[in-house]
Amino acid sequence: MSALELGVRDDVDPGAVLARANPVAKLAVATVIALGLLLSVDPVTAGVALALELACLPLTGVPLRGAWRRSWILLLAAVPTGVLTAFFGVDDGAVLLGLGPVDVSAGSASAGLGITLRVLAIGLPGVLLVLSTDPTDLADALAQVLRLPHRFVLGALAATRLLGVMAGEWEQLTLARRARGLGDDGLLGRVGTFGGQAFALLVLALRRGGVLATTMESRGFGAGGERTWARPSRMSWLDVFVVMCGAALTTTATAVGIAVGTWELVIVGSA
Amino acid sequence: MTSPPRIRARGWGWRHGGRLAWAVRGVDLDVQPGERVLLLGPSGAGKSTLLAGIAGLLDGSENGTGEDEGELTLDGALARDARARAVRRGRGEAATGLLLQDPSAQTVLSRCGDDVAFGLENHAVPADQIWDRVRQALDDVGLRVALDRSTTHLSGGQRQRLALAGVLALRPGVLLLDEPTAMLDPPGAAQVRDVVADVLASSGATCLVVEHRVEAWVDLVDRVVVLEPGGGVVADGCTGAVLDRHSEALAAQGVWAPGRQSRTPRRAALPADGLLTARSLAVTRDTSRPPVLSEVDLEVGTGRCTALVGPNGGGKSTLLLALAGLSRPAAGEVLADRALASGASPNPHRWRPRELVTRIGSVFQDPRHQFVTSTVRAELTLGPRRAGVPETDTTRRVDGLLERLRLAALAEANPFTLSGGEQRRLSVATALATAPRVLALDEPTFGQDARTWAELVDMLADLLEDGAGLVVASHDEPFVAALADDVHRVGDGRAPRRVPA
Repeated sequence: MSALELGVRDDVDPGAVLARANPVAKLAVATVIALGLLLSVDPVTAGVALALELACLPLTGVPLRGAWRRSWILLLAAVPTGVLTAFFGVDDGAVLLGLGPVDVSAGSASAGLGITLRVLAIGLPGVLLVLSTDPTDLADALAQVLRLPHRFVLGALAATRLLGVMAGEWEQLTLARRARGLGDDGLLGRVGTFGGQAFALLVLALRRGGVLATTMESRGFGAGGERTWARPSRMSWLDVFVVMCGAALTTTATAVGIAVGTWELVIVGSA
Repeated sequence: MTSPPRIRARGWGWRHGGRLAWAVRGVDLDVQPGERVLLLGPSGAGKSTLLAGIAGLLDGSENGTGEDEGELTLDGALARDARARAVRRGRGEAATGLLLQDPSAQTVLSRCGDDVAFGLENHAVPADQIWDRVRQALDDVGLRVALDRSTTHLSGGQRQRLALAGVLALRPGVLLLDEPTAMLDPPGAAQVRDVVADVLASSGATCLVVEHRVEAWVDLVDRVVVLEPGGGVVADGCTGAVLDRHSEALAAQGVWAPGRQSRTPRRAALPADGLLTARSLAVTRDTSRPPVLSEVDLEVGTGRCTALVGPNGGGKSTLLLALAGLSRPAAGEVLADRALASGASPNPHRWRPRELVTRIGSVFQDPRHQFVTSTVRAELTLGPRRAGVPETDTTRRVDGLLERLRLAALAEANPFTLSGGEQRRLSVATALATAPRVLALDEPTFGQDARTWAELVDMLADLLEDGAGLVVASHDEPFVAALADDVHRVGDGRAPRRVPA
């Protein structure tokens, strides 16, 4: 359930540079890195970016173990994508492994490695952003710095509060299904039970959400007019520095890729 | 504080969008500034809707969420206009403040200070004034926590006081309380009530409170108003007079009139055979944390009711789950007697779900958690079918239960659409449908009106006479007094202490 408990980040060092940065600056860094790496699929550019990101890890204030515990799941996306590309990608160069209809060639292996590293290099900053940012601070920044509509931002923020409650409800529902004699009919039966349980959770969520909405409205939410902010969220010089570091990281990775000669522009749609 | 407004309703009614029936209709009511009113009436009388209406949250205009009739005004202004005007005035003073029943659904933000500040921000209070008022409000409700303390781990009572702080920070002229203590344990409920008493004494605000547990609030109010479904106000006057004159009718409707709830305790239990035994049992909510209780030794026997009492969060429910075969012990064991196990493993948590339903029935605190079908009848049929009971027997059993629990007329209704009392009766009936020899119940009387309460006690007493073993987690003292043979006090992480029944 820990993945659902947004805002519970007991192990993050609040004094670290990136923990003090404005969430919008961190969001900008993650976006710059993602855009830069989307331009090319090559192991060198993505590998350099990933290495630099790992080198920056201490700046986030997220301990190594915590970072690993929440980000290993990225491997589940990255590794199979890379392996599939290596097997089924366009072959090019020497055949490294021949398995009848599918071959792994030097070209497809390099593309596979490139994709794996790219997924990791794009995903890691996102995970670190979530880990080192309190959802409330993110909402404050989105509404005050980026000027997104505050009704939307605060509504979404309040909904994240319900996620923790819902996680508890799901546990109760699971126990209750056992108490009703359900859950031992193999896969098909389990799928049916799961559907019913998800529906029950939805009904309970709507009810809870209704109460929460009433609470918010009764405290003046959505009545129009101006709103003040108890926690002012501003961009500082630190944030400018952080964004420039992100841009530098992306540029360095790309420059190394170009220098080595593996960097190649992917035309969107032809990949 | 805004000076309390004069509240006036004339022929007021409200119908939610898409509904045929009016939630409340024909209400004529005048509440003077500073009056304290207890709103009574059976469920479905529209008490909550009336409070939401006064709070200005119901919009019957063209793009609104329902339809209104008659008028409902605060100092002559439509309630929803009064709300909007107060928000826009920018002084951080709300026309009304509304506190609801469910503590876990009223926390808006994840840090205590932010949660209280939320309303002040919406009312455009300058940022430099907000935090002083937040501290003041937390002080007023006696919640001494750091402003950046996470709201996740507050108890129900603390959360409810936090929600109250969020309301009080806006210095409302009218305090609207919708069953504010119904979901709290007795100490938590007493604290909330005492805070309200202090606030009203110092602010002079008007107060309208909806509560089933009359006795806790009766000294605090000076007037009682009784609503009837579709009938508007049927009684109105000073507290003593209304409660005296209408006590019979109120008791019949399930409203707790003072002094009418006691019930003769059942006769002493027969010598019991063991059904379930806990030995050096330790239980945990979260396997990555140390057990919430350990070294528990207790027994559930035929014809006996074992009660687990103690504060919320003490581990009553967690212990109950282990005894009911729903969770695995962290250490030690739960042993079923050979007759109860009847061929299955001696440890209930190893039983397959189908084996479990015929041996131990469970009734959850929130009945909605255990509904898995779309009609009342299907809900009752499910257990016996899973257990392989022949179809004709199942039908007979289900018809009997529908009759006995007054659910026959609702056989085809969706369980989620039933009232709270009906849902509770259904959840007990589903557990009984497979005729288990042990019944485990978690706070079965939680939020129930007096009528459902009495029915539950009668039904469980009958089961005990038939030789079933009951184990109940409850902080309802009259309920425990009426049924329990063995009482174990649970709390402080140590083994439960046996106390005299």
